[in-house]
Amino acid sequence: MQKFEKVTGIAVPFRRSNVDTDQIIPAVYLKRVTKTGFEDALFAGWRQDPEFVLNRPEYQGARILITGPDFGTGSSREHAVWALRDFGFDVVLSPRFGDIFRGNSGKQGLLAGEVAEPDVEALWAIIEAQPGIELTVDLVERKVTAGSLSVPFEIDDYTRWRLIEGLDDIGLTLRDADRIDRFEQTRESWRPRTLPVKQS
Amino acid sequence: MNANTSDTLPPRTLAEKVWDAHLVSKGENGEPDLIYIDLHLVHEVTSPQAFDGLRMAGRPVRRPDLTIATEDHNTPTIGIDKPIADLTSRTQIETLRRNCAEFGVRLHSLGDIEQGIVHVVGPQLGLTQPGITVVCGDSHTSTHGAFGAMAFGIGTSEVEHVLATQTLPLKPFKTMAITVEGTLRPGVTAKDIILAVIAKIGTGGGQGYVLEYRGSAIRALSMDGRMTICNMSIEAGARAGMVAPDHTTFDYVKGRAHAPEGQDWDDAVAYWRTLATDDGATFDAEVFIDADALEPFVTWGTNPGQGVSLSDTVPNPVEIEDPHERAAAERALEYMDLAAGTPLKDIAVDAVFMGSCTNSRIEDLRAFASVIQGKKKADGVRVMVVPGSARVRIEAEAEGLDKIITDFGAEWRFAGCSMCLGMNPDQLAPGERCASTSNRNFEGRQGKGGRTHLVSPLVAAATAIRGTLSSPWDLQIEGEAR
Ligand code: SF4
Repeated sequence: MQKFEKVTGIAVPFRRSNVDTDQIIPAVYLKRVTKTGFEDALFAGWRQDPEFVLNRPEYQGARILITGPDFGTGSSREHAVWALRDFGFDVVLSPRFGDIFRGNSGKQGLLAGEVAEPDVEALWAIIEAQPGIELTVDLVERKVTAGSLSVPFEIDDYTRWRLIEGLDDIGLTLRDADRIDRFEQTRESWRPRTLPVKQS
Repeated sequence: MNANTSDTLPPRTLAEKVWDAHLVSKGENGEPDLIYIDLHLVHEVTSPQAFDGLRMAGRPVRRPDLTIATEDHNTPTIGIDKPIADLTSRTQIETLRRNCAEFGVRLHSLGDIEQGIVHVVGPQLGLTQPGITVVCGDSHTSTHGAFGAMAFGIGTSEVEHVLATQTLPLKPFKTMAITVEGTLRPGVTAKDIILAVIAKIGTGGGQGYVLEYRGSAIRALSMDGRMTICNMSIEAGARAGMVAPDHTTFDYVKGRAHAPEGQDWDDAVAYWRTLATDDGATFDAEVFIDADALEPFVTWGTNPGQGVSLSDTVPNPVEIEDPHERAAAERALEYMDLAAGTPLKDIAVDAVFMGSCTNSRIEDLRAFASVIQGKKKADGVRVMVVPGSARVRIEAEAEGLDKIITDFGAEWRFAGCSMCLGMNPDQLAPGERCASTSNRNFEGRQGKGGRTHLVSPLVAAATAIRGTLSSPWDLQIEGEAR
């Protein structure tokens, strides 16, 4: 996972609330066998509409999504985070997230920051006045800057540390790799092995 | 040695002993423990994204020698030499083959003698052993607990975690003792015990627990029977089910392809003998079942907890006190198209499915065959027999069971999950009713609109003969009356 301190990029004013994971990525896309390539599936139900905000030319290449409250509720599918990452988002800001979605985000390098509702409104207003304006999300300082406006966001200390260090779950465990090595050295010889293939 | 038990430790349960022996590091400040995994079973449905994740991060499989894969969920059970027709199924299987080749994981493909349902294959190879930790991206991994192993299902991101690190961060489980004392009557089986347990504690009753099955009725069971019981622990909401290893377990493991040999065998058995729950150890909860009183059991609803004795009638939701359960029962009866008060034995079926990781081992097939031998199936009933693994199929054929099954008028298939979940073409048609030896009677589980009654192999056999839900007891009565 990439280390994450600061992101500067185009932000999308996503004026919707209660966007559940089924809307982020519909169930039909779950049959795939890959962990990437879900960018076409993101918000698939809305993408046909040329007026849909993600289709607008001024927001192409966006890295920051700013949404209304209760983003990512519903089913626990990790694909929701994959789809947002694959589309190019590094940050989602919302007044409130679904718990599992927020947990999954932290594990996959997507910053899910909580911004107070009036601040979300203020950010939307700035972006809509100057579509395509670049915002800066500073994880070290926990703040978002849009032009002259700077507002705080919340993220728990543990997730913030993991993102800054660029540690996914596996990376975190592998920091203890020598402990695993030591454990393996003491494993008894009679414990089962699948290789080599024995004939029975 | 990790496995050493010390006299200074307080009395511990079987589950706690296995846990402690696999602690790589103890979590502090509410963080999870890091637990070492001895055996990782892999199949085509829950592994593709895990391998993809490894590839993206440039990580290898840490211990291919503790990992084994088989194809089961999607595989066809007839025409296995032809390409798989369904595109999603074929893609998943081809992806598994590519991933296993790339990452050096042993795979038993369709057509291989060790191919079969992942939970039948592990024990059969002697890989499932007492006191080990076993995981698989499948909830019925609890099956392996029958050996006194700690075995549980995991999600796809955890599959990736185990592939990469051979460990899992986990919070300790609570423990529940399920004590089954007494002697089962002839015609009553392990399946009836576990259906009765789930009816008693409910589908959420085991949540957060490891269940340890104990008592004389459990000790008297074969390994196949113990696997049936542990298999369905998950249907009571539990993470895992376990049975302390004993001579039945050791006899089963001994001589199998991956069983320890020579000095290793002696050392292993010496350790395995220390695993049983200590006298004075305490469980967080306890449940008692009287084996003498058990009868053949059957489900009437759409979750495995909605079951009664076969001699009973379909319950009346009005008499259920809990409002949620009452509503669930009403919905279930509507879906199942059953009227309260109907004797279960009056219910006619369209199909009988004999298979799944719950009941597809050789003993299950023998039990089924013993009832149908020399008889013909009821007219209009489709009977499908699906062995759990290619090896079980060969064993059954060597014993002539296939002949008994086909003479009876049943279909004798190749190994796989088959109609347990209907991911392959083996499915019920809408409205069809099936007596099934599998483990889930959820709406649509065996095919859209299909209606499932969970039963033992003996009940499946008697039902196939009479065409209505029946046990071998009913056949005897008929025989005497003649
Ligand atoms: S037989 Fe059924 S329950 Fe068992 S692993 Fe296959 S699908 Fe799952």
